[in-house]
Amino acid sequence: MGTMLFQRGLKPGDCPEAMNLDHPELLSEIARLYLEAGADIVQTNTFGGSSLKLAQYGLQGRVRDICVNAVNAARAVVGKKVFVSGSCGPCGRLLEPFGDINADAVFDSFKEQTGTLIEAGVDIICVETMTDVNEAMLAVKAAKSIQQSVPVMATMTFDSTPRGFYTIMGTTVEQACKALADAGADVIGSNCGNGIENMVRIAAEFRKYSSLPLIIQSNAGLPQLVDGQLVYAETPEFMAKHCERLLDIGVDIIGGCCGTTPEHIAGIREVVDRYNKAQA
Amino acid sequence: MDTLQQLSAHLQAGEVEQARAQTQAAINSGIDPKIILDQGLIAGMLVIGQRFKAHEIFLPDVLMAAKAMYAGMDLLKPLFLKEGMPSIGKAVIGTVQGDLHDIGKNLVGIMLKGAGIDVIDLGKDVPPEKFIDTAEKEGARVIGMSALLTTTMPVMKKVIELARQRGIYDRTKFVVGGAPLSLEYAREIGAHAYCFDSVSAVDCVRGFLTAR
Repeated sequence: MGTMLFQRGLKPGDCPEAMNLDHPELLSEIARLYLEAGADIVQTNTFGGSSLKLAQYGLQGRVRDICVNAVNAARAVVGKKVFVSGSCGPCGRLLEPFGDINADAVFDSFKEQTGTLIEAGVDIICVETMTDVNEAMLAVKAAKSIQQSVPVMATMTFDSTPRGFYTIMGTTVEQACKALADAGADVIGSNCGNGIENMVRIAAEFRKYSSLPLIIQSNAGLPQLVDGQLVYAETPEFMAKHCERLLDIGVDIIGGCCGTTPEHIAGIREVVDRYNKAQA
Repeated sequence: MDTLQQLSAHLQAGEVEQARAQTQAAINSGIDPKIILDQGLIAGMLVIGQRFKAHEIFLPDVLMAAKAMYAGMDLLKPLFLKEGMPSIGKAVIGTVQGDLHDIGKNLVGIMLKGAGIDVIDLGKDVPPEKFIDTAEKEGARVIGMSALLTTTMPVMKKVIELARQRGIYDRTKFVVGGAPLSLEYAREIGAHAYCFDSVSAVDCVRGFLTAR
């Protein structure tokens, strides 16, 4: 989503969710491109749509408009053909005692965001790019407190270290599996990170520690400087090829994060269809 | 364990109140404040930095240790009233304009302070002029810039270009870091160093500040 918005005039430093207020037609265009690429789920542009995060831009009073517009823009294009997933990213503050915000305030902020998304008709909530497992749990519980039956996916972002995979807050895959399931998540996994090859290893760890459905949304590697232009390293072909290994591991939902485009999703679609056909 | 080793241990454990009390105890027993700073607080932060780099501990541990360090430093500061807190030099740091991500930058600030460097933290979303104006006014020889977004990285180049225009590039070292950064990019924009993490930033900035 971010990659597509920057291509459509979002300026560094601008609030990505402000697009929902000013240019919802761009969100519809992006949803259409992903629908045409073969996606089964399109995501709303509400990653930073919580009041705590929007407060960084003075937009904390616009949660409702931002979330409702995002859902409507996607739904207008995809109808009931595919699912609309409500994106819910970190609040941008660190929880006490390390940071300066208490759990109740974070819960309330997520509850307002996910509640508005659910009311506006999303099919799924996707809590993503979390590095603090406590914050991820608050977001999952907030969504479930609104509607127990709404499916909630929860994904965290891990770094590769010589001692294994950890979030910057020190959460392991094993800890994430347990905590996210305890909080009530229906689907768990990982997003963003550092390329599809690491994601294959992270997915294998998730499968080892959890029997819940898994979701993996990798970024397209770290950007590199090519002739003065920033280019994400991983091509649609490269990512699609590795997605076959995700399917072998038993990942149920595959998507893309930073640097991925409708071309990447189309490539993954092709691999998934071929894989399923061979299994049939 | 002597008083200062105990102080260092409390700091490493992130025990803020105990670190504060132990600093006070050290002051009361007449230990030179400079020695309390070096052998208690800075020594503890050095261990924290090494363990963080080795992925034995994580961000929450560093943040709690930093709180303990600040608690101790707050007690020591008044004792250096005349000459100011001892420091090996000044560095100006900030997250560049358009970028609101400051966890990494804050971590670098903690580690630099923990190594006895006088840090002027300009926060996040810092315009190029502010980096240069502050470095000029404060006489800082190092400017550290952070960015998490590929879209805000190019601001670093603007800061360095502005330093050239204003004639301070030759006496200032530019250090850059952040997830999308690389050594190649740092070289291309004229930065003097790319730091992969907060601990290498300390080595690098210390090197620049102590070089004659």
